[in-house]
Amino acid sequence: MNQLAEENWDIEITPKNNLFSLGLKDVWQYRDLLVLLVRRDFVSFYKQTILGPIWFFVQPIITILIYNLVFNNLANIGTDKIPGPVFYLAGTILWNYFADCLTKTSTVFRDNAAMLGKVYFPRLIMPLSIVLSNLIRFAVQFILFVILMLVYHFNGSLIRPNIYILLFPLLIILIAALGLGLGMIISAVTTKYRDLAFVVSFGVPLLMYTTTVIYPLSAAIIKYPAYSWIIKFNPVTAIIETFRYGFLNKGSFSWELLAYSSCITVIILLTGIIIFNKVEKTFVDTV
Amino acid sequence: MSKVIKVENLSKAYQLGDFGTGTISRDLERFWARMRGKEDPFLKIGEVNDRTIKGGSDVVWSLKDINFEIEQGDAVGIIGRNGAGKSTLLKILSRVTSPTTGSVKVKGRIASLLEVGTGFHPELTGRENIYLNGAILGMRKAEIKRRFDEIVDFAGVERYIDTPVKRYSSGMYVRLAFGVAAHLESEILVVDEVLAVGDAEFQKKCLGKMSDVSKGEGRTILFVSHNMESILKLCKQGIYLEKGKLFSQSAAEKVVFEYISESDLPSTNQHTEDLNKHVKLLKYALTKTNYRMSENIEFCIELLSSSINKLSGLCILIYNIYETRVAIIDLRCEELVEISKKKGHLYLEGVMKNINLIPGSYTMGLYLNSELCSGDYLNILKIQISEDLQQSAFIQYPPEVRGVAFFNHTLTIK
Repeated sequence: MNQLAEENWDIEITPKNNLFSLGLKDVWQYRDLLVLLVRRDFVSFYKQTILGPIWFFVQPIITILIYNLVFNNLANIGTDKIPGPVFYLAGTILWNYFADCLTKTSTVFRDNAAMLGKVYFPRLIMPLSIVLSNLIRFAVQFILFVILMLVYHFNGSLIRPNIYILLFPLLIILIAALGLGLGMIISAVTTKYRDLAFVVSFGVPLLMYTTTVIYPLSAAIIKYPAYSWIIKFNPVTAIIETFRYGFLNKGSFSWELLAYSSCITVIILLTGIIIFNKVEKTFVDTV
Repeated sequence: MSKVIKVENLSKAYQLGDFGTGTISRDLERFWARMRGKEDPFLKIGEVNDRTIKGGSDVVWSLKDINFEIEQGDAVGIIGRNGAGKSTLLKILSRVTSPTTGSVKVKGRIASLLEVGTGFHPELTGRENIYLNGAILGMRKAEIKRRFDEIVDFAGVERYIDTPVKRYSSGMYVRLAFGVAAHLESEILVVDEVLAVGDAEFQKKCLGKMSDVSKGEGRTILFVSHNMESILKLCKQGIYLEKGKLFSQSAAEKVVFEYISESDLPSTNQHTEDLNKHVKLLKYALTKTNYRMSENIEFCIELLSSSINKLSGLCILIYNIYETRVAIIDLRCEELVEISKKKGHLYLEGVMKNINLIPGSYTMGLYLNSELCSGDYLNILKIQISEDLQQSAFIQYPPEVRGVAFFNHTLTIK
C-alpha cells in the first residue's frame, strides 16, 4: 500500500486540544444542526398551548407593568422623561436577552449531559443554539417594543429615534457575545465543582440592579456620584444606554463607554471559547 | 486493504468516588505538577480496573495501553465482561470523551450509535426528529432529505410520521431511531448494544442492515455486544477486552471462543421453579456452567410434591442454540419409581459422563411424567461447552461445519 496515504489521517483523537484552535470550521460543518436545534427550542416552547408564540409577549408586558408601578410610581425613580413602559421595556428586553443567554449557557453541560455523553458534535453548537433561539425570542419582544413606541408616539409623547439607531445590530452582537462568553466561562468552571452555579442563580437577578434597566444613568450619577462607576463598570450598561439613546433620543451615550464595553466583551468571549474548548473534551467524565 | 483506525497506547483513567471539598486539594496538586511539567502524581498510582475488589487508590485505569488497527471494511466485534472498558473505548472512538494518554487516528467520518434516539425530543413529530437526530449524528440536511423515505420505510412508522414521538410505543421509537442511524453515510459506524431493544424481527432487520453496510458497502463497523451469536453473525474480527487491557484480537470465532471459555457469567447452572401448584422443582443444578468437551457433568435434581406423586418418566433434555434437541438422558430406574410411591420428596444426583457435544452453548430442560404433573420444561439451565484443549494440536473444523456430537474413536493407520 501507498505509505503516504496510510499516514493521511482525517481525525486524530488525542488527550488535549490545541489551546487556540476554536474549532469554528467544525461548527460550520454542523450548521444544519444549529438551525434544527434552534427550531426545536422554538417549536417545543409553544407546543400544546393555545396562545402559541403569543406567550413570548406575556412575560415582558407583565414585567414592565410591575416595574412601572413599583419603581416609577411608588419609588418615584425618574425615567428621563420617557413614558415609563417604553423606558422599562427597552431595558428589560435587552437585559432578559443577556440574562437568558448567560444562565442557559452556564448550565449547558449539565442540562444536555445525556445527549452530549452519547454522541459527538462540536460542543460549541450547543451554546450557539441557545444564543440564537433566545435571539428569536428577543426579536419577538423587540416587535412589542416597536409597537409600544408607535402607540406612545401617536398619543403625543415625544419619541424621536436618532442616527445612533444604526448601532442596533452591533448592540445585539455585543450583548449576545457577552452573555455567551460569561456563560461559557461559568459552564466550564462548574463541570466539576458546581459551587458557582449557585452564585449565578441568585447573582444574575441582582446584577440587573447594577445596570440601567430600571433607572437612567443620569439619575444614578446625580444621586450617587461616588458609586456610579460601578454602574458604568458593568459592560451591559453602555449597551442599554446606547440602545435607549438611539431609539428614544434620551439617556447618556458616549463612544468611550461603548468602546470599553466592546473590549470587555471581546476579551470575555475569547476567554469563554478557549476555556470551553478545553473542558469539552472530558466534561462527560466529571459533570 | 488500508487501515482506517489506528489506536496507539490508548489509556483512560477515571476518578472514583464523590467529587467535593476533598478532591479540590488533589486537583490543585495535579495542576501544580502539570505546571512544572511533571507527571500527574495521581495517575502513577492508578490501579487495574477490577470492580469486584476494593482498591487502595480511587483512580482506576478503565483502559490501559490499548493498541490495535482496523482495516477498511472490517466488521469488528468488541467483547468483554461488564466494566472491561468496552464502552469507554467506544466513547473515545466516538469523541464523546478524550483519552488520558495515547491517541486514535481515524480515516473518514465516524458515526456513533451508543444509544438509539439520542436527542430525540418528545414534543417533536417523527418527521422533525428524523431531521434533528440525523443532524446530531452528523448528517447534512440534504443527505437526510434524500434518504428520508428510506428511513421511514425501514422504521415502518409512516402512519405516525407527523405525530409527536412521545405518543409512540417504545418499539416504534426505537425503530425510528435505528432507522436514522442505519442510513448514516459515514465510513465508520460505531454501535453499542442497541439491539437489545425491539422485537426479534426488528433485531434481525438491524443485524441484516448492519451486515449490508459492512459487506455490501465496504464500510467499517465496530460493534459491542454481549450476544455472542450476533457477534459471530456480523463480525469477521474480534477484540476481547479484559479489565481495561486488550486480551486478544483475532478472528471473531476465535475471540468469542476465548471469551466463552473464560466466562461463567451469562450462563445459569442452578434453578428453582414451581412446575405447577402441586409440584416444585426445588433444585436443578450443575456444578458449573462451562465444560470442556470430554468432561463429566455432575447434576442434581430435587423435586417436592404436595402429596405422594408416582413418577413414571424423568429425562434431562439438551437443546442447542437453534432449539434443536440434541440429547435425551433417561433417568428412570426402578429405585426412583419405588421411592416416588412412598414420599413426595425426591432428590437425585448423577453424572453425565464424557459429554461429547461440540463447542457451543446449550440449554437444558427436564421432561417429567408423574401423577400430579407432566410435560417438557425447557430452557431451565444454560451451559457452555468448549473445545477440549488436550485433544490435539490439529486444527479443528469450525463448530458450524461439524455435527452435533463428537464421538470418541480410535483409529489404526497401517
